[in-house]
This record gives sequence, structure tokens and C-alpha cells, in this order.
Amino acid sequence: MDDNFALYKTMLLIRRFEERLLSEFSTGKLVGTTHAYIGQEADAAGIFSVTEPEDVVFSSHRCHGHFLAYGGDPYRLAAELMGRATGLVGGRGGSQHIHWHNFYSNGIQGGISPVAAGMALAEKVGTTGRIVLVFIGDGTLGEGTLYESLNIAALWKLPILFVLEDNRYAQTTPVEKGVAGSMSGRFAAFGIPVWERDTTDVLDIQSAANETVRAVRSGAGPASLILHTYRFSAHSKGDDPRSPEELARIRQFDPLTVHGARLTTKECTKAELEVTMLVGEAFARADADAFPLLSFERQTLHAGRSKLDN
Amino acid sequence: MATVLDRLNFAHHHAMDTDERVFVLGEDILDPYGGAFKVMRGLSTKFPKRVLTTPISEATIIGVATGMALRGLRPVAEIMFGDFVTLIADQLVNHASKFRWMYNDQVRVPIVVRTPMGGRRGYGPTHSQSLEKMFLGVPGLKVVAPNVLGDPADLLAAAIADDDPVLFIEHKLLYPRPLLEPGKGDLIDFQIEQTSGAFPAYTLRYADSARLTIACYGYNFELTRQAALELLMEHEIFVEVVLFSQLSPFDLEALFSSLRRTRNLLTVEEGTLSLGWGAELATRAVERLDGLRVRRVAALDLPIANAKSLEDAILPSEQDIVRAALGLVGR
Repeated sequence: MDDNFALYKTMLLIRRFEERLLSEFSTGKLVGTTHAYIGQEADAAGIFSVTEPEDVVFSSHRCHGHFLAYGGDPYRLAAELMGRATGLVGGRGGSQHIHWHNFYSNGIQGGISPVAAGMALAEKVGTTGRIVLVFIGDGTLGEGTLYESLNIAALWKLPILFVLEDNRYAQTTPVEKGVAGSMSGRFAAFGIPVWERDTTDVLDIQSAANETVRAVRSGAGPASLILHTYRFSAHSKGDDPRSPEELARIRQFDPLTVHGARLTTKECTKAELEVTMLVGEAFARADADAFPLLSFERQTLHAGRSKLDN
Repeated sequence: MATVLDRLNFAHHHAMDTDERVFVLGEDILDPYGGAFKVMRGLSTKFPKRVLTTPISEATIIGVATGMALRGLRPVAEIMFGDFVTLIADQLVNHASKFRWMYNDQVRVPIVVRTPMGGRRGYGPTHSQSLEKMFLGVPGLKVVAPNVLGDPADLLAAAIADDDPVLFIEHKLLYPRPLLEPGKGDLIDFQIEQTSGAFPAYTLRYADSARLTIACYGYNFELTRQAALELLMEHEIFVEVVLFSQLSPFDLEALFSSLRRTRNLLTVEEGTLSLGWGAELATRAVERLDGLRVRRVAALDLPIANAKSLEDAILPSEQDIVRAALGLVGR
């Protein structure tokens, strides 16, 4: 039951964090864009319940859920999103470009996969026992470097787990218009074993993740975990082509509802209270922090040229 | 006398001998082939576990190198032809060069990307270009080019020792060329000054005062020396030559010092003219110093043709340099 509570709380933390940050756009405390993980929380919660703290993670534009489930500090993430000097990367990266401990993210589809393969090579060479997890989506399947990376990861038996979260839409493009053929066949073609689940039940995901993580850690080479899931919010903000009916229909797969049924009402309330406090403190503390300053001297060009030289 | 190729090959052997974090990766680099231009020769025999021959996947070669570097290794990656840098642009621009700053200086990406550039070998439109100008000014990326005056082994060793990504541009025609010795051969009349730092700029001066400064790097130092000799012998025009090893970021103090004496700048490069290295040098020089005159010599804004007659017409020649120099000083 402790495990069930912890999984629920992780998912709830992600949910409430993302809801809070989406709401902060209207207050003007957040600017730019973001990519919420709402609906997909079971993936991150399940996977990071079976990894080791020193494992290496390369995540994508939709990285907040991965980061929080990895054990990252919600306050440092909130500060980064709000562009504060205390943010994970001092306000330089923002939502899609964060780094803490062995967690990295970047906002380029496909481009992160060879980098993750290189990291896996370094861990293999160093015999650290760590594995690398790289997060891709159905949209990433359109990028060529992904296939180059699958090839090299398989050739070199790298300790890397490709986690494909298929949330059925690449921004606004449904998977039917973006992905030909079979998802699992893509990995199988390179001899990479596939675990595939169509579920938002965190326990199913945890169980599949456990098998894949153990396979990769055994030294057998790369593996893949395909998770078909649902994204409840827009790709970023206001770019959702789906009908209200479709959005209502997929809500039946809400991972919080699915897993929440295993908890008592008292436990759910307890999780809600703890998470509300965590998120509230994270944003309040971040809001009080200073904005970063640029310490880079602009080269003086025309202005004052005659004083410079001659 | 050692050639540029000998020295680059030696630098790899030395780096791998002395630092087990150094790996090399690239296409067709295993012995006995040792890479398309033989720069990797002998490495896979001596260090079989640290020489990784790859599929034809340029973007992934650089991505893998970047990941290795993020996790503590010091990879040197070879891109077989410089023309293929377009395939690695995303990895260099959006990953390798960006991570250090984007992650608030919490990481380093010590990779070296070596690649042969340049034409004059009849390889045609996609195996002859000088595309390095596309990467000049990319934040976080150094672009470096060896020449026959400094020791290419020192330059490559410095690139490997650098904590940031370095794009290392080797002109194909330099590989068989022997290194020059100051005070000998066609350098006999030149005094040579060198800036401090890992990727120095060299200033070559005659005892007599010069009327123009020619800025160049890599293989164009060969054409520039010939042109300088002709300008002196045929036209009694003394020049200063500023030879760069580091193309980007732009550190032009040596050039400015020379221009304070000559007030005339001629830039020479093998890439296409528009928006090139010379354009940036000229702009910075004009912004810095009053009363300058400027000319650029570069390739025509055309793809490089296969036929020698066309290739020669497209790429800059020694005669182009002489003509531009004469135009610059009003002759």
C-alpha cells in the first residue's frame, strides 16, 4: 500500500504542478510556452519507480513530469519556468531545456537520441552499471536521427532504454497522419526487444518498465518500452484540434482515477494536501527569487569607436 | 620534413597514449584503411577498444560524441568530407555547442569534430566545398584550422584539451605538405610574430613597411605566400600576412595591429564570397579603425564544378590575390 500511495502522490504532484503552471500564464508570471504532461503521469511515475537514482535520463520538450518523477525539486523547476536565477539552469533554459544531477532535456525532436546513445556508451565504458533512458514520442518517429541511433545502440549493445510515449498526437497531427507501419516493428527491425502496453494503469506500466530496465541493466543491449497513452491538455497552449467529445472520452483513462481506486478516500485526501502544499511552496518561493542578470560584455561597435582606437 | 598529415596522425596517437578518456570515432577509420585521408592510420591497431568505426550516420556520430563528452570522455570525431557538415548542423548548433551555456555552465562538452574541406582535387560539387563559414559565430563553438606554419599536432592537441566543442577544419591539399620552418625557404625574409594562446594567429612582416595586410587561414596561406612573393618581385609591394588558426570566435587583435600600419585589408578564403569569413573580418576592422580600404578574395557564389577548367575559374587563385592587392593599393 505504501508503494501505491507513493505512485499516486507522484502522479498527483505532476498533475497539480502542471495545472498550476498553466494557470500562471494568465497571471503573467510565466511567459513563452510549455508542454504539459497532464494525462501521461502514469508513464513517468511507473518508470521512475523502478530505476536507480544514478541512472541517466535524457528527456524532451515535455519533460516536467519526467523530472518530478525522477525526484527533481519542484521549487527549482518552478523557478526555472518563471525565469529566476535560482532555476535549474539559472533561467537560461526554461521549460524544455533543463539539467539537474543526471537528468537532461532538450527541445529538439530526434536530436537527443544520439546524445543519449553516447551517454550510454560512456556509462558502458566506465562500467558504472548505470543505464540511460531517453524519452521520445510518436512525433519523434518522423526524425531520421532516431533510426541512426537505434542502429548504433544495437550494433554497440549500449545500455539504453528508448521510452516511446505515444500520446496519439504530434502537436496537432494524429498518429494516423504521421506514422506509417508499425511502431514496435521499428525497434524490432534493429533487433531491439520491445515491451508494449496500451494502458494508463501505473501498476501495468511499472511492471513492464521493471522488465525492460532489468533487461537493459543486464548488459544485453538496448530495449524499448512503447506506452500508448493520452495527453489531456493541448500540445503546448491553445493548439488542440480535438473535439470536446474526444477530450471527454479520453478522460475515462485518467491515471489518477484508475489508480486512485486502489486508495482509500483518506489516502487520496492526504496526497492532495501534501501535494498542494509542495506545489504552493514551490511557486511561492520561486516567485520571491531574483531574475538573472547577463554578465557578458556587449562588444562596442560604432558607439565610441574613435575613442577606442586610431 | 614531417607533413601536416604526419603531425595530425601523431597528435591522435599521442592523445590516446596519454589520456584514456580520448576516443576516436568516424566512418571507415579502422586499419588498414585508417580513414579516407589516412589521418586515423594505426590507431585501431594500437587502441582497438577506443577506435569506433561507425555506420554512415554523420549526425549520430556527433550526437554520440556529445553524449560521451557530457559523461566524462573526450571524443574526437571525423566527418569524412567537410561537405557533410550540413548533416551535423543540428547536433553542433542545437546540442554540442549549446549545452554548456544552456545548462548554466554545469556541464562541459569537450568534443573535437575534424573534417577535411576544400577543392582543387576534381571531386565536384558535393566533395569540394569549404563550408566552415556556416559555423562561424555559433555561440559556444570554436572553429580552428591548421596550416603549415604552426604545428598541426599542437593545434589538434589543444583542441582535444579544450573543454568546449571545436570544429577542426583541415584543407585536403595540406595533408601532404611539409611544415615550414621560420627563416627558411619562402619564409626567409619574413619576421614572424605569434599571438599567445592555444590557437595562435601569426603575423608575417618584412623589414620594410608594408602597404597592405592579407588575412588568410589554412590552405590559402600557400596561395597568399606565392602572391606576396609576386607582389614584391614584380610590383615592389611589401605586404604583411596575418595567418589565423582560430576562425571563430573572432579574435582579431593581430589583424588590427597590422592594419594600423597598412590601412589596407585583403581577405582570402576558399568559401563562397557572400557572408563569408572575410566579410566579418572586414566589418569588424572597419568598425574598429578609421580610414581603411578593404577587398575580399573568395570563391564565386556558385557550386564547385567538376571539370578542372571550371573549378579553377570558380575558386580563388594566386592571381586573384595579386589583382585584388593591386586594386587595393591603387595600381
